[in-house]
Amino acid sequence: MKDRRGSTKGTPDLVRFENVGMRYGAAREVLRDITMRLAPGGFYFLTGPSGAGKSSLLKLIYLAERPSRGLISLFGHDLATTPREELPALRRRIGVVFQDFRLIPHLSALENVALPLRVAGRRDDSVHANVVELLRWVGLAEEIDAKPATLSGGQQQRVAIARAVVSKPSLLLADEPTGNVDDLIATRLLRLFEELNRQGTTIVVATHNESLIARFRHTRLHLESGELTVGTPQAQAASAAPPADAEDGAPA
Amino acid sequence: MTAQTVRRRRRIDLPTDGDGSGRFLPWIIGLMVYLAALALAGMMALHGAIERWDSALAGTLTVQLPASAGGELEPALKLLRATPGVERAEPLDAAANAALLERWLGPGLAAEELRLPRLIDLRVDPAGLSDTAALAKRLAAVAPSARLDDHRGWLDRLFDVALAIELVAATIVALVASAAVMSIVFATRTGLAIHHGTVEVLHLIGARDTFIAAQFQWPALRLGLRGGLIGLLPALLTLLALSQAAGGVMAGDKVGGAISALPQLTLAPWQWAVLLPLPLAAGITALATARLTVLRALARMP
Repeated sequence: MKDRRGSTKGTPDLVRFENVGMRYGAAREVLRDITMRLAPGGFYFLTGPSGAGKSSLLKLIYLAERPSRGLISLFGHDLATTPREELPALRRRIGVVFQDFRLIPHLSALENVALPLRVAGRRDDSVHANVVELLRWVGLAEEIDAKPATLSGGQQQRVAIARAVVSKPSLLLADEPTGNVDDLIATRLLRLFEELNRQGTTIVVATHNESLIARFRHTRLHLESGELTVGTPQAQAASAAPPADAEDGAPA
Repeated sequence: MTAQTVRRRRRIDLPTDGDGSGRFLPWIIGLMVYLAALALAGMMALHGAIERWDSALAGTLTVQLPASAGGELEPALKLLRATPGVERAEPLDAAANAALLERWLGPGLAAEELRLPRLIDLRVDPAGLSDTAALAKRLAAVAPSARLDDHRGWLDRLFDVALAIELVAATIVALVASAAVMSIVFATRTGLAIHHGTVEVLHLIGARDTFIAAQFQWPALRLGLRGGLIGLLPALLTLLALSQAAGGVMAGDKVGGAISALPQLTLAPWQWAVLLPLPLAAGITALATARLTVLRALARMP
């Protein structure tokens, strides 16, 4: 199998789902028989109506939830057999922009962004320059001392993005990052993600924003009633309805 | 914000000190440490007193002869002085007998007018004379009316009572420690609930469980130490006051001219020293309890 970036079948998948199902408690499954592969260096839009299971799918990838059935492989590790003490190291390779940002309220913007580096055991001295540079990059050079409560929604979002990318993750997951911003900011945000993607980070963006999806033309993973279909960028340009199969990220 | 700000940044990412549960914890631990200190001190003082009695009486025996058996005194003395392990065997004279009874019958007692039993005070080497029953048998052969008293009977009963009291004190210490541990567990769980969002973010960005546990364990150590000091200081003052009061009672007794029958319930310097690390013990207990509580809670997360 070749993905659209030309990686071969021998390239290990960054994320692999095989017949994955997930339910909360005894309720019905919110995800059913999800089979997909995310290749290293890919850029994916995760779409679907509210309640389709987008956040649940992301939670499975960033290890906030466990599947009720099926196999998930992350960075070549089968999660069913990976010891729990090895999971933090896998999580540190994933950056997450949460839908509600989840900034830590009593920490400054700088401290929030620095948190993943500190968690990874980086020395304070080596953290400062990186974090300040990153905050400058997202346009918050003047706000590094500010607490989240004093920042606007857009500024909080940029802090959340900076925190997600500060440790140069292999995989970046963004849950509705354009939900609370206007089109201009949304476009800038996607360009920022593309820049990260060019640097080698695999990106998955859950979004409702069809105009962005049409403009940026990346592989689309579409969830509908807990089931996944995959569309190619070309197909998206031609039609909003995704085809049932595709090479990259396709159900096997 | 400057580089110094980052260098000086707190290693603690959770503001647990401001939690309501954490504010009360030092006072609860303080109360527990106060009670534990008093119970421990009581236990040590009683143990010390019993040991002193035991060692004081270990080399002492008494032979008692009825007044009517005065003729048996010399054979008894002869046997006793010839017995290996007996260092000294001296009969008490009338004046010494009167002194023993002075506590109950008052001074100026005419002991010779009473038919008092004759007493022989024995000093023995406990290592050289371990079998007092055999000695009693040999004594009965030469002085059938003599009764050898090694004080063991009442001393054993006293030991039983003291052991029971020590067990009660140890139980109090254990209960107090359990209550302190439960308070810390409750406070830590409350802290986990209050900071659930932050804990979850730390978990999801790849923090190890031990990193998150550290956010709770070091504040718990501080609270435990503070609580320990809050409890230890009044406990020491209370014990000093009790020690002063006990000293006064003993002094009054001596002024009265009698040999006190009360044990000296005072603490030796090393026993005072045993109490001093209680705040540290409270701190370490708080640290370990908070750490285990958090680790157990995190183990339930994916």
